[in-house]
Amino acid sequence: MALPDTRHRARYLFGAVVVGHILLISAQVSSRSGPPLLQAALMATLTTAQDAAWTVVGGVRTVWDGYAYLRGVEAENERLSRDIVDLRLRLQQERASAGTTDQLRALVDLRARVPWTTTGAEVVAGSASPDFRSITLNKGRQDGLQPDMPVLAPSGVVGRIVLVAASTASVQLLIDRNAAAAGVIERSRTQGIVLGNGDGTLRIEYLSATAEIQSGDTVVTAGTDRIYPKGLVIGRVERVERNGPTYRSVVIKPVVDFSALETVLVLLAPPPPAPPAMPAKPAEGQAAK
Amino acid sequence: MTAVRVVAAVVVALLLQSVLARLAGEAAIHVDLVLVAVTWVALRFGRVSGVLGGTLAGLAQDALGGGVLGIGGLAKSVSGYLTGIVGTQFIVTQTVPRFLVFLGATAVNALIFMGLYVLLGLRHYDRPYLDVAIQGLSNAVIGVLVFEGAELLPGARERWRIRRAYRGKRRFR
Repeated sequence: MALPDTRHRARYLFGAVVVGHILLISAQVSSRSGPPLLQAALMATLTTAQDAAWTVVGGVRTVWDGYAYLRGVEAENERLSRDIVDLRLRLQQERASAGTTDQLRALVDLRARVPWTTTGAEVVAGSASPDFRSITLNKGRQDGLQPDMPVLAPSGVVGRIVLVAASTASVQLLIDRNAAAAGVIERSRTQGIVLGNGDGTLRIEYLSATAEIQSGDTVVTAGTDRIYPKGLVIGRVERVERNGPTYRSVVIKPVVDFSALETVLVLLAPPPPAPPAMPAKPAEGQAAK
Repeated sequence: MTAVRVVAAVVVALLLQSVLARLAGEAAIHVDLVLVAVTWVALRFGRVSGVLGGTLAGLAQDALGGGVLGIGGLAKSVSGYLTGIVGTQFIVTQTVPRFLVFLGATAVNALIFMGLYVLLGLRHYDRPYLDVAIQGLSNAVIGVLVFEGAELLPGARERWRIRRAYRGKRRFR
């Protein structure tokens, strides 16, 4: 059999790659389950590299903040004494430390408020693609994390875990275009589906035409999607546009500042169900009768 | 050796993009460093490298983002292949043609990526033109700078080596 002409090698390769991708996409779209093995393997490799890269960047930042930047300040302010520079630097470090402590305290407060079994995790990387809004956590399967576990910040819902490796996990943020959660307008108890717009905002769809919604209304999780527990704050209604009797678009501003996430709380397991109420025991004397 | 360079370029771009997203937050959605790397690879090493680099980069982004595995891969493979063809059929050595190639690669990538998601009914885009235009311009500026930097680097190293050798000679006179 004649071998394919080497001049057309690129075309054959391109054709094979396109067909391979189409088959891969078809398999996932038809089964809705996807090839978890390939995805998990890719994710495990890349998140480990992301974690390492963030460690390097953190080191460089530490060196820059603590040494290079300080040298720059000294050069600009030669007349300032070294003591004053040291004190200022120390003050900055203290402030940064206080900021981190505040964040951790808020997380601990949240942990006490949520009845679920939880674990705290650090954000080690952002999204590797501008088309997806995700973060990588420094905890994974070893720490009990599993796909579809909800992730929270002290102010509200962050997203859900989509992929888990041994020591890292990828979280799909609620503002991602593929993300959705069952939501409810707290004031009017109107239910709908909250979806990510991909631009940092959310929208709520599938609302009743008679629903009453106003700007500033708080949107919380409805608890009917089997992922997010009921009553967690998602955001506030920013803009309501009506087209006749129906809602054209309801834009929600999330309460979580997704660009400033450093530590988050992962909900591992729901609280144990309350024991069923026992019928009141009759008094001993009555029982004897 | 080319394969190693292609993989290295893609991996470095992936790591830089995730670090950028962590540091810059919302602003990071206006640049796709991974697409810049794929386009650079396709222009520098040809369409085969463009296809393979695009496949690797796109699949990695799909896996990390939790999207449908293959959509990003297909978009970036096609983008890399077409860029490779443009690189071999036309002279793309000046700043303006390179700028246009990066702009075009962003448009092709966005068209396939968004188109497939919308066709499959998995995503909704209100007005993506402005976002794509901004990302195209950012990618083009960064891509041109990457090319300029990559071309200046060997010359700068050579000049530094010559200067060092000259200083050494003067010291021994």
